Amino acid sequence: MSATVSTPGSVGGGIGRKTGSLHKERRWALVSAYVFLVVFAVLFLAPPVYMFITSFKGSAEVANLQGSPWMIRNPTLENYTAILGDRMFLRFFLNSAIITALVVFITMVVSTLAAFALARMRFWGSQVLATGVFLTYLVPETLLFIPLYQIVGGLGLLNSIWGLVLVYPTLTVPFCTWIMIGYFASIPKELDEAALIDGANWMQMLTRIFIPVAMPGIIAATIFAFTVSWAAFVYPTAFVTTPDAMPLTIGVVSQLVRADTFAWGQIMAGSLLAALPPVVIYALLMDYYIAGLTAGATKG
Amino acid sequence: MPADGTLAVPAPRAARSPNVSGLERLARRRSTIAFLMTLPLLLIIGGLVVYPFFYAMYLSTLNRTMVRNIGLENYAILLDTDTFWMVIWQSCLFAISAVLLKALIGFVLAHHLHHLPAKGQRKWRGMLLVPWVIPPALSTLGWWWMFDPSYSSINWLLNVFAVPSVPWLGEPWWARISVIIVNVWYGAPFFMIMYLAALKSVPDQLYEAAAIDGATGWQGLRYVTLPMMRNIISITVLFSLIVTFANYDIVRVLTNGGPRDLTHLFATYAFQVGILSGNVPRGAAVSLFMFPLLALFAFFMLRGVTQRNKEQA
Repeated sequence: MSATVSTPGSVGGGIGRKTGSLHKERRWALVSAYVFLVVFAVLFLAPPVYMFITSFKGSAEVANLQGSPWMIRNPTLENYTAILGDRMFLRFFLNSAIITALVVFITMVVSTLAAFALARMRFWGSQVLATGVFLTYLVPETLLFIPLYQIVGGLGLLNSIWGLVLVYPTLTVPFCTWIMIGYFASIPKELDEAALIDGANWMQMLTRIFIPVAMPGIIAATIFAFTVSWAAFVYPTAFVTTPDAMPLTIGVVSQLVRADTFAWGQIMAGSLLAALPPVVIYALLMDYYIAGLTAGATKG
Repeated sequence: MPADGTLAVPAPRAARSPNVSGLERLARRRSTIAFLMTLPLLLIIGGLVVYPFFYAMYLSTLNRTMVRNIGLENYAILLDTDTFWMVIWQSCLFAISAVLLKALIGFVLAHHLHHLPAKGQRKWRGMLLVPWVIPPALSTLGWWWMFDPSYSSINWLLNVFAVPSVPWLGEPWWARISVIIVNVWYGAPFFMIMYLAALKSVPDQLYEAAAIDGATGWQGLRYVTLPMMRNIISITVLFSLIVTFANYDIVRVLTNGGPRDLTHLFATYAFQVGILSGNVPRGAAVSLFMFPLLALFAFFMLRGVTQRNKEQA
C-alpha cells in the first residue's frame, strides 16, 4: 500500500488549481468521508474498548450504578492477576495453542501439496476436484456438526483435544487449498519448465520454486488457518464438555460465565487475553491478512 | 550449474530417449504423484465432509433412540411445530436484514475510504477491521455485557441523550435486533475490505472519461463503480448469506435462543434439539433444512466466481 502513496501534498496542489465547483465538491467529499469514518470507527471500536475498560474495574466498581460506566475510577489489575493465576484458564490457553499449532501444520502440508497438484499437474478429475474444494469451503460447520458429533463420539474422541484436531482441518483446508491454487497458478510456466530441464523432480519443484515464490500466499493461508482454528466455536461447543479439554473460546464462554455470580471484570479480561493472539498477528501482518481475506473471501 | 547437478534423477534420462514405454511410465508416474499429493485432501473432504453429509441424511430418518427407521417423520414433526416455523422465519429475517445492512455499510465505508489519501487509508482500514479480527464468540461476550439489563452501558448513553432504556435481550423483538446488530458489527468490515479491493481494481481512466462526459459523482458511482463491482458484490453477498444463515456463535452467547425460543436460528436450534436434548436424528433434520437454500446460494456464488475467473484470465 505505502508504495502507492501519491503524497497528499501533491493532491492538495492539484485541487488548488481546479475550478471552484470541483474543488468544493472534492473537499466536501473528503470532509464527509472523515465524519463518516470517525462515526463508524467509534461504533466499531466501542465494544472492545468497553471490554478493556471493564477489565480494569474491581467488582465493587462494576456493580456500582453511580456515574458513567465508561469511566474507570479505581483502575486495578486484579482481574488480570486473577485470570492469569487461574489454572483452568491457562489450561484453555494451552489447549488452544496445541490445537491451533497442529491444525495449522496439518492444513499447510495438506493444502500446499494438493494445491500444487491441482494447479500444475493436470490429471483426470483435477478440474472437478478444484471446484469440489471450493464447494466444501462453502459448507458451514453448523450443517455437519451433528453427524460429526456421532462420528467423533464413535471414535471415542469426545471431550478430547484430538477430536478437535481431527475435525478443524475441514474448516481450514478447503479455503487454504483454494487460495494456494490461485497463487500457484499465477506462477509462470517457464519457471517449472526451467526446473524440469535442470532435472528437478516434482517435489523439488514444489519446495525450491513454488513455495518460495508463493510465500505471500502461504503466509496468508497460514494466518487464515491460525485465526479460524483459534476462533472456532461450534465444534468445541458440541464435542467438549469437560473443562480440561476446552480451548479458549468455549472455555471463556462456558466456564468463566457461571450461573449467578458474574465476575464481569474477569470475564472481560479473559476474553481480551483470549483474543490477543489473532489481534497481534493482525497488527503485525495486516497486509498479508487482508490479501488472504480478499483472495477468496473468508468466512463471515 | 553444479548445485543443481545433485537434483538429477531418472526423469531427464527418460526424456532424452523418447521411447513410448518411457513416456508412458512418466505420465503414469506424474498422475500417481498427483494422486498421492491430493490424497490427504481427498481423505479430509471425503471422510469429514461428504461422508458426514450422507450420514446426516441417514441419521435424520431414525427415531430418537436410533434403532428404528421412521422415514421422513422427523421432518414432518418439525414442520408441525410452531417453534420450528419460528426458527425458519427468524433465520430468514436475521440473514436477510443482517446481510443487507452489512453490504450497505461495507459499501459506504469502502467508498469513503477509497477517497482518502493512501497513507491515512491504511490507518483507517486497520481500525475499521478490528471487529472482524476478534473471535466472534469473545467479542459477543463484550456485547452481552453492554446489553446487560441492569448495567447496560448502551442504555446509560441513551439515557444521557434522554432516550429511555431499551430491554435489549429481554423483549423478543429487541433481542432479534440485538442479534442482528452484533452480526452487522462483526461482518461489515469484511464487506468493506472486499469492496475496497474491488474499488481499487476499477481503472481511473473510466472515471476520467465519465468526468469528461460531464458525469456527476453520483452518476460515476451509478454507471461506473457499480457495474464494475457487480460481480464482486454478488459474490460477497451470496457468501455472507451462507455464513450468516448458518451462524451460531452470536445467538448462542447473546440470547441462547431466548426469550422463549424466539431468537433461535437453524444452527442454535439444531444444537439444542440434537445435542442438549439428545435427539440426534431430529437435530440432524433441523440442520439439513438449511441445505436447499445453502445449495442455491452456493450454486450462484460458484457461477459468479467462475465468471470472474474467466473475465480476469
